[in-house]
Amino acid sequence: MDDLLRDFLTETNESIMQLDVELVRLEQNPDDPELISSIFRLVHTIKGTCGFLGLPRLEKLAHAGENVLGKFRDRELKITPKAVSLILRSLDTIKGLLAILEETEAEAPGHDAELIEELNAFAEGRVQEDSGAAAPVAAPAPPAQGGQEEPDPFGFVPVRAEDTGKDIPAVPKTEAASPVATQTAVADNAAKESAVSSQTIRVSVDQLENLMVIASELVLTRNQLNQILREQKDSPFATPLQRLNLVTSELQEGVMKTRMQPIGNAWAKLPRIVRDLSLELRKKIDLQMVGADTELDRQVLELIKDPLTHMVRNAADHGIEVPADRLAAGKPETGVVLLNAFHEGGHIVIEISDDGRGLPVDKIRAKIIHNGLASESDVAGMSEQQILQYVFKPGFSTAERVTAVSGRGVGMDVVKTNIEKIGGTVELRSTQGKGSRFLIKIPLTLAIVSALIVECAKERFAIPQISVVELVHASAQSEYKIEHINNTPVLRLRNRLLPLISLRRVLHLDKDGKNEDEMAFIVVVQVGNSSFGIIVDRVFDTEEIVVKPVSPILRHIQMFSGNTILGDGRVVMILDPNGVTAQVGDIHDASDTALQQKKHTARDHAMDKQSLLLFKAGVGGPKAVPLSLVARLEDIDLTSVEYSEDSPVVQYRGKLMPLVALDPDKKLGKEGRQPVLVFSDNDRSMGLIVDEIVDIIEEYMEVDLSTRHAGFLGSAIIAGKATEIIDTGHFLAQAYQDWFGTKQESSFEEEDLRRILLVDDSPFFRNLLTPLLTVAGYEVTTAENANQALKFREEGDDFDVIISDIEMPGMSGFDFASTVRREGGRWSETPFIALSSHATPRDIERGRQAGFTDYVAKFDRDSLLATLQQTLSAIKVHP
Amino acid sequence: MTKNALAAQDEKRSLALTQEALMHEFVTMFIDRQLFGIPVLSVQDVLGPQKITRVPLAPPEVAGSLNLRGRIVTAIDVRTRLALLKREGDESSMSVVVDFNGELYSLIVDQVGEVMTPAQSDYEKTPATLDERWREISDGVYRLKDTLLIVLDVKKLLRLDAAAS
Repeated sequence: MDDLLRDFLTETNESIMQLDVELVRLEQNPDDPELISSIFRLVHTIKGTCGFLGLPRLEKLAHAGENVLGKFRDRELKITPKAVSLILRSLDTIKGLLAILEETEAEAPGHDAELIEELNAFAEGRVQEDSGAAAPVAAPAPPAQGGQEEPDPFGFVPVRAEDTGKDIPAVPKTEAASPVATQTAVADNAAKESAVSSQTIRVSVDQLENLMVIASELVLTRNQLNQILREQKDSPFATPLQRLNLVTSELQEGVMKTRMQPIGNAWAKLPRIVRDLSLELRKKIDLQMVGADTELDRQVLELIKDPLTHMVRNAADHGIEVPADRLAAGKPETGVVLLNAFHEGGHIVIEISDDGRGLPVDKIRAKIIHNGLASESDVAGMSEQQILQYVFKPGFSTAERVTAVSGRGVGMDVVKTNIEKIGGTVELRSTQGKGSRFLIKIPLTLAIVSALIVECAKERFAIPQISVVELVHASAQSEYKIEHINNTPVLRLRNRLLPLISLRRVLHLDKDGKNEDEMAFIVVVQVGNSSFGIIVDRVFDTEEIVVKPVSPILRHIQMFSGNTILGDGRVVMILDPNGVTAQVGDIHDASDTALQQKKHTARDHAMDKQSLLLFKAGVGGPKAVPLSLVARLEDIDLTSVEYSEDSPVVQYRGKLMPLVALDPDKKLGKEGRQPVLVFSDNDRSMGLIVDEIVDIIEEYMEVDLSTRHAGFLGSAIIAGKATEIIDTGHFLAQAYQDWFGTKQESSFEEEDLRRILLVDDSPFFRNLLTPLLTVAGYEVTTAENANQALKFREEGDDFDVIISDIEMPGMSGFDFASTVRREGGRWSETPFIALSSHATPRDIERGRQAGFTDYVAKFDRDSLLATLQQTLSAIKVHP
Repeated sequence: MTKNALAAQDEKRSLALTQEALMHEFVTMFIDRQLFGIPVLSVQDVLGPQKITRVPLAPPEVAGSLNLRGRIVTAIDVRTRLALLKREGDESSMSVVVDFNGELYSLIVDQVGEVMTPAQSDYEKTPATLDERWREISDGVYRLKDTLLIVLDVKKLLRLDAAAS
């Protein structure tokens, strides 16, 4: 059964069960306004979900029920036992329809005109209370065992049918149900609980997370017991402890499973993307997905979604050739993009490969030199593999110009960083003319990892097993000995020179200690495609450790990704191989060191780094817009431009899209091509006409808002030039006067305008997000810091959701959330969404502990909107 | 002396103590013979000497991390924080564990004293002439009969230079 449908059934059955109870309560307390509102909301939700899933019959019925309830709520109708019976009857009918839906996965045909009419009549007050006119028909019926039932226009009667196939038999004319049939049907209904809803229950993610924490603690305690036992031979505890061992492992696995989701969830969008791409690029692409049901932790899943999408997009856009080229190269016309996921050890491996042209080594080489990433002579000495690695460097894009498809800003460097953030690795292999292959390896879960325990200068450290390739025992006498080049240690390993890092040295542990050259262990680790050795004194066991975030006052140390408690009760720091390499610079290339350092210092100073689209339009200098706001870049054919009331429009994806020129004096040509930035919202799009798209860059941006004038947010120095940042909202409003006034639904005025409090210290972000959220139908209030936000609370303002930045001067987002949660009262139940440019697992964990409901990366507007919607619908269901 | 012991003392003193009164009740401690106090409400635990894991590259004030019943606690050497001389090797130390923003910190001091409730009338602001490092972390002074009690501002105490940069 479709997941969506299953969720719907579970949820609706729960709601209906609740409704049954509440309606009876309502009958007894007809004046309880809260009860009425709650009932109304439940029915409204059912109606909404049915509409969304395309179940018109259910929707109509729920709608009629909602009408009556609306009148109750507004006190236009009195709540009488008769009225409640009527509503209960429509609920029973809904239950019957749901049962059919569950069995056949399709909505039963037919309609409930009579019942609806009765409800409408009631809503309009046409029914006299004592007339008894309501027909005693329209009773629900569950499907008879193993059979289908045939609905008729006046309700339905259970009829045993031989045919159990999916097709529902044609609707026969049946007589109105007899009272007897009605009763048995109801009894049946009560006896036969919905199979789907009793199989699953919904548990809040918080509860699961909490369970996970407890299970983790149990693992630690078990490790401790094991440690004690190891020192005591012949202990009577040996056997029960072994049993405990087993049970703990099983429990840990079981809890982990509850958090697992199939990776297919992250792939769901891809077939559509590839299909659109292949049409657009006139390529034939076959997207093959293998292992979609491979499961991984939902936290990890969220984090790899975007990198995966980007890589598949890349493969389709840059990798696969057009059919003619493919035929010429002797390949089948249709290119294959293969997505393959499987488990390997405690990791999940995702392979993204294509049989296209492979990465153009020559072009990359030229680009490296052109961008000054390495000198010509350096490049000449590099192997093809080494050259390929440059696609992961910041600011590198092989596409010669920004196409509508790729070049969406997220370069491979972002992909790599995102994957490494969650402790994963990405490898690239490419053969020119044959295709390319990316191999991503990520841990199944972030909470418990297997780690190698090492010792250096009497201090122990944990190194995540995923990065460890091998261990080498080096000593002056053995085959492996540490040699030095200008005091930098290196090791000859299988005819290659392995760069070494002395842990003692990078961690500033006592330098007067032993001479490492005499005897040492080398932990060979791999970070991305480069490997290096870490010199340590001793190597112990591997141990399952529970990663705990380090204290905030130690968080600036990049060498550690967390800390943990070992079996013997001692605290150890977890080394982050990425942090270690960052400390000593890139292993392969010296020129990269400067780049890395630059990157780090920049990161320390400002958080507002984001992708910007630079373009030229009208007079003045270059213009820029945050890439996250741009839906697509298009190159439209001017001959296809039409005019509607003197305004230029163009047919775009089956709809008319208004075109707005950034420069009001600009006259559109009659032919040729014109670059256009497309902004989309729901199903509406607007094209902003510009002269030329220049580049996409990532930049730390400080916007000077003082120069603000219509259409512009302000100016900033970007790539060394004064650049104007355009105000997207201004142009959206030009295209659709009502863009900002639109509401997502208009049937339920009270819930329409959800109130959002946006707390962010950067005026730029407040200006950016306010129109975005307003466009999405929210009422936005902004605060520039937590104190201002708390003032709103004191003044008695209420919000449906609070979105807060993390890094703020004064009270941080974490403090803000935990303060509100701790102090209770107003806002203590309001969902909190964290907005941050940092989204490492430990930030997320920290956010969760502070009381944030969800965590969204700062520039991901789609996921912000999706998260908002999810959070709000969660409130709708559980008022 | 554990938290329970502290709580028991509280009970003996007065069962009717309100939250407000507790705010002015302090766990006292000595650092280099100076008396300091921390509001009793923020104190989680009082510990004897502990096995501490050093944290390389940490700010000098951070003595390391320790395991307190399964929770990782960051130990801060208050002497270093106050720019005082390090303890001699044979001098014993005690720790006061405080909760700050959901994280536990263990403040290493020379000795932990009794719990006391000084009179509000004896409260004074921090003298402006105090050494800057002391002024920064002090939240006022109580004039006791034979000595002065400096109120430690835990929040400021934990604001280390390295973490701020």
